[in-house]
Amino acid sequence: MIGFWTLFLKEVLRFWKVAFQTVAAPVLTALLYLLIFSHVLDAHVRVHGVSYTSFLIPGLIMMQVLQNAFANSSSSLIQAKITGSIVFVLLPPISYGAFFAAYVLAALLRGLMVGVGVLLATLWFVELQVAAPGWIIAFVVVSGALFAALGMIAGIWAEKFDQLAAFQNFLIMPLTMLSGVFYSIYTLPDFWRGVSHYNPVFYMIDGFRYGFFGVSDVSPLLSFGVVFACFAGVTLLTLELLRRGWKLRN
Amino acid sequence: MTPAVSIIDVVKHFGPLRALDGVSLAIAEGEFFGLLGPNGAGKTTLISALAGLVRADCGTLKVMGHDVVGDFRAARRLLGVVPQELVFDPFFNVRETLRIQSGYFGIRRNDDWIDEILANLDLSAKAGVNMRRLSGGMKRRVLVAQALVHKPPVIVLDEPTAGVDVELRQGLWQFIRRLNAEGHTIVLTTHYLEEAEALCKRIALMKEGRIAALDTTANLLAGQPGASLEDVFIRTMHAS
Repeated sequence: MIGFWTLFLKEVLRFWKVAFQTVAAPVLTALLYLLIFSHVLDAHVRVHGVSYTSFLIPGLIMMQVLQNAFANSSSSLIQAKITGSIVFVLLPPISYGAFFAAYVLAALLRGLMVGVGVLLATLWFVELQVAAPGWIIAFVVVSGALFAALGMIAGIWAEKFDQLAAFQNFLIMPLTMLSGVFYSIYTLPDFWRGVSHYNPVFYMIDGFRYGFFGVSDVSPLLSFGVVFACFAGVTLLTLELLRRGWKLRN
Repeated sequence: MTPAVSIIDVVKHFGPLRALDGVSLAIAEGEFFGLLGPNGAGKTTLISALAGLVRADCGTLKVMGHDVVGDFRAARRLLGVVPQELVFDPFFNVRETLRIQSGYFGIRRNDDWIDEILANLDLSAKAGVNMRRLSGGMKRRVLVAQALVHKPPVIVLDEPTAGVDVELRQGLWQFIRRLNAEGHTIVLTTHYLEEAEALCKRIALMKEGRIAALDTTANLLAGQPGASLEDVFIRTMHAS
């Protein structure tokens, strides 16, 4: 337990020591998205009966939670692999379950800190309603943990920073940007609406948004089922990779 | 009596390269053992397999009787490894690094022992300095300190004095000798053969993934009267 706790604290310290870059900067990015899109669209668009700015905020929060949870675990692992300092966590008697939990929880914490930062900063623009706080917490925690675990897989798999960047730019970014952060999928043509249903991030954002407005494109129960199933699958895969020592223990 | 390190028929391939070719050896508790050989002989691979950093294709490796795969937690708790590469975590200072390493081994309050290690390695004045700001020799000392935070009974030093000045080398060996006298088993790889000759009671010479010679230092030298360990090393490496 001390090994897990130490690794968790080390991972938290790692991002907290550069919090300006790891927490404050993503909050600013989300604010810039909000300023631009709300300025252009707020007077013209209403979605699910709420103003466009209100509709946009939960999507931005979730997007930043996911991207930062992913960035934390993936960058920590690849940096440790490339510099060789990964040996410091591979030599001690830390179980692969504790290893997984420490990285995922620290990455989730960073994602949540960014999410709370975006929420607090955007409260200045609109007064957000909260219809179902339980769903908000459930979706943000499980989705953040899922992306933290995905970040672990990417960090373990990648051998160079550009491989990690490819994973981030060609998989994570499109999945999050095309998931309904900026729009309701019912505004899309039939084909792209159908495609969106194969994107698990759509369910994360739709379910999270339900927690605020009490309306969503699909049932929150279905969304949570999809998100949880993805989380369980990615968790099992990551644990198996760690058990085998894939790309870590040659 | 259970050997401190037991290695039986270990084979490891990296693609077509047979890095370890059926290596077997046992190191008794309290020994100061030298593992020597040219670059690429398999020393670091063998140490990595013992530390669980590399998985052997077949064979058995045990630390104090604990299998490094089947009973990895016990085996790793009993082993301290100073890696060959000069690696460090740039986010932390020296004391933080040692506290974190202690925590990984399940030790929460370890400052008394950390202070003792820092003093013995002449690092006390650098305790609050970020790892990035240390010289190469200082970083090497921190690596030694990290391997010792959990007071392991078996200590593996993979070229610990590479790039380290003479004064520190003397201090380091004094400290390691003291640990050995207190009962710690020491396994040393080094390219400084005079150090190995002076420190190690028994030596294995590795060549192309195999043990080419294994005997007490005295016997290895006695086989070639008047020769130094360097002469023995060169003759063994050139023997067909």
